[in-house]
Amino acid sequence: MQISKTSRRILADLLKSETGQSFHDSRQWRIGTALSGLSREHGIADLDRLIATLSTSRRSPLAQTLVEALLNNETYFFRDRAMFELLAKQVLPRLAEARATSRTLNIWSAGCSTGQESLSLALLFAEQAPRWEGWTISILGTDVSAGMIEAARNACYTPFQIQRGLAVGQMIKWFDETPRGWRAQERLRKMVRFEQHNLLDALPRPTSFDVVLCRNVLLYFDDVTRRQAFDRLASTLAPDGWLMLGAGETSIGHTERITPDRALRGLYRHTSFVDARRQTGPARNAAGRI
Amino acid sequence: MKTSLIVDDSRMIRNYLRSSLQALGFEVREAVNGCEAVIRCEESMPDLILLDWHMPVMDGLEFIRLLREGGGALQPKVVFCTTESDIAHIRIALEAGADEYVMKPFDRETLHMKLQLVGAA
Ligand SMILES: C[S@@+](CC[C@H](N)C(=O)[O-])C[C@H]1O[C@@H](n2cnc3c(N)ncnc32)[C@H](O)[C@@H]1O
Repeated sequence: MQISKTSRRILADLLKSETGQSFHDSRQWRIGTALSGLSREHGIADLDRLIATLSTSRRSPLAQTLVEALLNNETYFFRDRAMFELLAKQVLPRLAEARATSRTLNIWSAGCSTGQESLSLALLFAEQAPRWEGWTISILGTDVSAGMIEAARNACYTPFQIQRGLAVGQMIKWFDETPRGWRAQERLRKMVRFEQHNLLDALPRPTSFDVVLCRNVLLYFDDVTRRQAFDRLASTLAPDGWLMLGAGETSIGHTERITPDRALRGLYRHTSFVDARRQTGPARNAAGRI
Repeated sequence: MKTSLIVDDSRMIRNYLRSSLQALGFEVREAVNGCEAVIRCEESMPDLILLDWHMPVMDGLEFIRLLREGGGALQPKVVFCTTESDIAHIRIALEAGADEYVMKPFDRETLHMKLQLVGAA
């Protein structure tokens, strides 16, 4: 599907202003796939004329539909399983000690797509249920796309989606087969909640998160926007909290506020926290654990 | 090299699975039904079996039951790959001794993750 240079620019501007994402040349082909479906659906032949109307009506349903069509929302359960194991075996035990008094954990999955990441987190807790008895575990999933949030709230997955990353045992233990698909059980759903939110905006209710996941989202931003996003993530991360990025992503070169955790590869901490520990030496508890 | 056996009556699916497994470094043999699979296993027991459910002559369920009862101590990992996608079938397969279960359609990445889960890849 061919569109003019002007149309491409209008679309790129729209995507940037609504989501912060940049349209690199390598992603141009995506416009074609995204639009061919839409033009068929709406019976529109002259896409350039249609797109021209967007520059004056950004909030129109069509503009929203277009933006959503241009987003990559690929996700699956326990994406990069080793990272989730690190969370379960290294991070959660430390948090269990650090938050033993409040018995409350707040976790944020920023750019949660259809919810698999948030539910994978819920599953980690559910699988260690005895340890977390009496705790309040709340996992917030947010995404800029209304469509993604609606799907995440439904928590219903096709056979194709449900088996991507989940072991069959986990699937039949924690999900129910329903006419609408495999639905996460209440004991998982009660830990998660989903809200539409642009990562670049302030959160509606300021919260200090013990763990923040922002995975495979920042790579679509340009340098300036990515720096803003890291600022946002850093501002919401508890002083001793953990940030988890996607497998191929890093904070290095994009922010001074966040630093890789030297012991736990793929996890990030506040730079101020790491510096303070370096000066005083790591605080050890009775078990000798840091 | 890890060895594998693909048991499926569809040539197209066997080809797809074969190239997927070869890409993961497996040596691959094929069988078109449970009966032939028994013979292949007697020749030499593979590390991994990808098993279809519905096949002529002997279906996947009958095969895995025979394998788990009489296949000896060196048991392979068995992953069902089938269009049956309801929980009743899944339970039956697991009770019969399947290690994992893949519902068709699936992609390479899903298969790879399942094989990692059973420790085969
Ligand atoms: C590739 S998916 C990654 C999903 C999940 N985090 C994972 O790693 O599997 C990226 C998601 O980020 C969302 N996204 C993109 N820009 C965003 C923004 N500015 N604010 C919030 N979410 C955004 C997209 O809608 C999409 O659902």
